[in-house]
Amino acid sequence: MENSHENHSFLDFAYQLYRTMKTNEISLVYEGEVTQDITKTFTSLTEKSLAKSEESNAVQRKVFNVMVECLQNISKHADALSEEEDERRGIVMVSKGDDCYNIITGNVIKNGKIPGLKENLEQVNSLDKKGLSDLYKKQMKEGRISDKGGAGLGLIDIAKKTGSELSYQFKKISDEVSFFILTSTIRRNN
Amino acid sequence: MEVINIQGTDDTPNVILDKNNNKFEISGRSLPEDVNMFYEPIMDWIDGYAEAPNEKTEFNFKLEYFNTASSKIILDILLKFEEIVESGHDVKIKWHYHEEEEDMLEAGEEYADIVEIPFEYEAYTD
Repeated sequence: MENSHENHSFLDFAYQLYRTMKTNEISLVYEGEVTQDITKTFTSLTEKSLAKSEESNAVQRKVFNVMVECLQNISKHADALSEEEDERRGIVMVSKGDDCYNIITGNVIKNGKIPGLKENLEQVNSLDKKGLSDLYKKQMKEGRISDKGGAGLGLIDIAKKTGSELSYQFKKISDEVSFFILTSTIRRNN
Repeated sequence: MEVINIQGTDDTPNVILDKNNNKFEISGRSLPEDVNMFYEPIMDWIDGYAEAPNEKTEFNFKLEYFNTASSKIILDILLKFEEIVESGHDVKIKWHYHEEEEDMLEAGEEYADIVEIPFEYEAYTD
């Protein structure tokens, strides 16, 4: 009996999840390891569903570009939840609102890395289009490609392409790590 | 010089580097996670080309998407061609962009700001 009760509440949860996703037009939700294959799969799924929609070419390409940067950020920078784990995991969510697309990503980050990341985010958010372009050019010229393959350009690029502020939060998990959530918003009518 | 002719995939571009036929092109998508690995043979080829370049070089970029790591490598490629310009040869970059894609045009303009090579922009449609 206990089993059947559990089963029932899980089905209920599945239905609620379905309803929530429908109401908020969430087209993708994922929690797990983020690899290059996952990145390719999700971007190509989103690309196909956008191609079927009436969305303008420019918006479709922005969504694609921003997704690539967000996902590759996780696969390059995510930290493990504990010492025993080695996977670069994260959450990925794509939703469509009346006037925008939201790409929400989240991953574990070591607390020690938060001040530096916060500083980068604040710097990017303080700049206008011209300022972002100048910073991008400067970073391209001076930066080097790290061992992980990053060029330190991802956040600047997201801000440039979306034209919106990067909205973010850090949720403390333990004394060692936190959960970093980044929301990138792409306006549908520019 | 040997010819480089790489067929593109979901996340790597088509690359043609052909000195004898004077054809230089990178097109499609460049989103690899490990950009260094993909671009290493291309950089090596350009280093070899720089030793004895053609009188006139027209390099075509016709990219649909590229990630930020690729954008850094593209600058490195352009800087190599800038040296070819400095050594007294004629180089022109033809930057193709989809007519609806301002971001791609702007990306080209940003490169043109950084390197001393003439750029020509060409819009294409679907």
